[in-house]
Amino acid sequence: MTDATQNSGPMMAADGTTLKSSLNRALRRQKLRALMLIAPLLIFVLVTFIAPIADMLFRSVENQIVSDTLPRTTTLLADWDGDAGELPSSEVFEALYTDIFIAQERKLHTRLGSRLNYELTGVSSLFRKSGRKVEDMGEVYQDQFEDLDGFWKDSENWNALMGSDSWLADQTAWDDKSDARQPAFEPREEIESLLPQTAATFEIFADFVQNEDEDNLAKEDPWALVYSALYTDLMQEPDVSGYGGPGSAELLQAMGAVGTFENVDYPAAFEEIDKDWHSIDVWQTIQTYSPDFTSGYFLNAVDMKKSPDGPEMRPDNEQLYIKLFIRTLFMSLVITGSCILLGYPVAWILANLPARTANLLMILVLLPFWTSLLVRTSAWKVMLQQQGVINDTLVWLGVVADDSRLALINNQTGTIIAMTHILLPFMILPLYSVMKTIPPSYLRAAKSLGATNWTAFWRVYFPQSVPGIGAGSILVFILSIGYYITPELVGGTTGTFISNRIAYHISSSLNWGLAAALGAILLAVVLGLYWAYDRIVGIDNVKLGG
Amino acid sequence: MADTSNADAFVEFERVQKSYDGENLVVKDLNLSMPKGEFLTMLGPSGSGKTTCLMMLAGFETATHGDIRLDGVSINNIPPHKRGIGMVFQNYALFPHMTVAENLSFPLEVRKMSKSDREAKVTRALGMVQMGDFAGRRPSQLSGGQQQRIALARALVFEPELVLMDEPLGALDKQLRETLQFEITKLAHDLGITVVYVTHDQTEALTMSDRVAVFDDGRIQQLAPPDKLYEEPENSFVAQFIGENNTLEGRVKEIKGGTALIELDSGELIDAQPVNVAAAGERTRVSIRPERVEYNKDRLSEDAHTLKAEVLEFIYMGDIFRTRLRVAGTDEFIIKTRNAPDVERLTPGQQIEIGWLPQDCRALDA
Repeated sequence: MTDATQNSGPMMAADGTTLKSSLNRALRRQKLRALMLIAPLLIFVLVTFIAPIADMLFRSVENQIVSDTLPRTTTLLADWDGDAGELPSSEVFEALYTDIFIAQERKLHTRLGSRLNYELTGVSSLFRKSGRKVEDMGEVYQDQFEDLDGFWKDSENWNALMGSDSWLADQTAWDDKSDARQPAFEPREEIESLLPQTAATFEIFADFVQNEDEDNLAKEDPWALVYSALYTDLMQEPDVSGYGGPGSAELLQAMGAVGTFENVDYPAAFEEIDKDWHSIDVWQTIQTYSPDFTSGYFLNAVDMKKSPDGPEMRPDNEQLYIKLFIRTLFMSLVITGSCILLGYPVAWILANLPARTANLLMILVLLPFWTSLLVRTSAWKVMLQQQGVINDTLVWLGVVADDSRLALINNQTGTIIAMTHILLPFMILPLYSVMKTIPPSYLRAAKSLGATNWTAFWRVYFPQSVPGIGAGSILVFILSIGYYITPELVGGTTGTFISNRIAYHISSSLNWGLAAALGAILLAVVLGLYWAYDRIVGIDNVKLGG
Repeated sequence: MADTSNADAFVEFERVQKSYDGENLVVKDLNLSMPKGEFLTMLGPSGSGKTTCLMMLAGFETATHGDIRLDGVSINNIPPHKRGIGMVFQNYALFPHMTVAENLSFPLEVRKMSKSDREAKVTRALGMVQMGDFAGRRPSQLSGGQQQRIALARALVFEPELVLMDEPLGALDKQLRETLQFEITKLAHDLGITVVYVTHDQTEALTMSDRVAVFDDGRIQQLAPPDKLYEEPENSFVAQFIGENNTLEGRVKEIKGGTALIELDSGELIDAQPVNVAAAGERTRVSIRPERVEYNKDRLSEDAHTLKAEVLEFIYMGDIFRTRLRVAGTDEFIIKTRNAPDVERLTPGQQIEIGWLPQDCRALDA
């Protein structure tokens, strides 16, 4: 009877639970312990390796800087159609004035300039120049308000007008010298509804003074931008007569006067700063890069650019990266190939020598590992240069004429020679460890079966050493595709790799987004090749040893 | 032993020497001649030179001195792949990246045989070792015994007249080994091929071979058919190495009419057949097989010399009884008796007298 129940349904453990869950429970402890053991390394790798890489890769699509720095402009610009050939409306220019004014107070406008400069040359200086001059625009209104009444000169009056009563009381009670926090600004509600733009601008100003500069708001004069906002608000002719709080008289007076104020024509004012503000290109670039995420870096990394009609190839003289990628792949293949050619016989000798001699020779193979990469590369500079050891020897032997010395360095040849030498151990070691496991009896068996030395090698030995070639090739190829120091030192201009360009964008041009996009493409190419290798050869066939 | 210049000889070693380091000879003056179709086993402890001889025959080692002839032609300077000798290796040496069929086809391919011929021969060879269903498998998917069958088939598939086997069954378990021993001998006889078989397992050597060459110290100590080797060892090494053996040491007292009278070191006298002793006074080592020792007085001749013995241990082994005795000063004297109804079972401590026929007791070199 019990047999019958056991045979139907899942296997049961002694306590009535299913055997599977009981087994899982038993294994859980083991798994947990294994996890605990690797946890320190896992966390270390996550924090110091995976997270920074992920962050870097994210930069390749990240583009918040435009919309963060020019929030008003980009919002208004969304509806603008650049193809019509007309400049954006003056509201856009006014928004640009506000955005740049705030940005230059926060010193963010130069960063945005550099960012947009990647897409359109000249934008960087345009923003720097505008940042310096944008204050003049606001001062037109500031001066007129201050001329109208001394009231507008004083920061205390502004605070009284803009701040709520309770905040004003707190602010007066607050001791500048004490450690207590400055009471956060609160706007006066009537003013907020009467003069919305002024209130909003003053709030930004107050927040900036209190939190970013950490100054006493009572002692800071408002930005010229606030006066511009006040002008704009008053031109809307709000009903200020109902307001009875501090400065109501001055407000009423200003209300009456603004009609006669000198007016700032924002488009014209910007044109005066730089004619480029009246170029459709600049505005199109800002519009194209308004979204928070962009494919621009990636397009740039494959020699394309964004245009109003979608992605298009850059002109031939600006194309660089595809050529560099192809050169990197090609040279890595050549280096891998020469490592196989040079490393295979050495590994074979090592694997077939008596252990003692093999160990000695192995030390010679490993010797490069124990010297600094920089030293080895520098040694190659000495060897390969026009007046270097190799050329001298060749001239002395009469192989080349003295006036036609070989160019062995600062070109592709130099990179290939030096990198083959440097990466050779990575080919020899896996080859050796695989060949070591091929018993000599295979070759003997093949010969006893009638195969010549060559046939025995090619049909029997070589196929068994292929896993070693595969492992060595993957190692050498992947290492060389991302190699930086050696091509930088001996590659000149024609022998450099994509990695040198990435390094340039990371440390010199500071175009991290493009560097990240190039790096992401490189990573994808390597993973793609790895995948292809797995499909063709099979990753199981890769042996690093044993 | 040194029957050189034999007209029927198929394989011949003549005065072959081999040294690896230029100081020590691994093979010292090897002379051997094999007729066609013989199954010869080279038997010896490790380091005795038997494998080196095989490798010289296969062409993987060159003789330092001497001549190796195959079918009357000196092969000293012929590379291995032109010798046409089949070889089976201890670790099978099946090519792991090829299927069974590809492995078998390999020697035919390098001989540029047509595809249909190859297929026919491969199928036949696989059938020969009862592995016809395994053609598509990889060696790693086969058991040790199956791999060895394939290795055998591969060595035979190109129809060599001479096949060398280097301890081919060494890695297999006992039962499998016995089955394959039988199969290999049967195949060799059915195909009429000449086989040189190297082993350190004396049972294997005795059961399989037409003749056995016992190697020690770089020389053939004795070359004889198995029964002769066992029953008539020519020196004490062979006597010790082949089968179980009791040894008593002593001095020749006299040699008379084909029988030697030996005075053992313990002072007792025994009869023995003189093999390696020439004159009275020489030291000798007397060898008696455990199963030739008698303790039933009725079976011994009247005038036979007997020795007093004390039973130390009686081991029941099923088909036989194995008894350890103290005889003439040694505690390691073994006798074996068949488990038959009329055989007395000895008990430890029992005092008995033992003896043997003079021809079963051989006086060998000391």
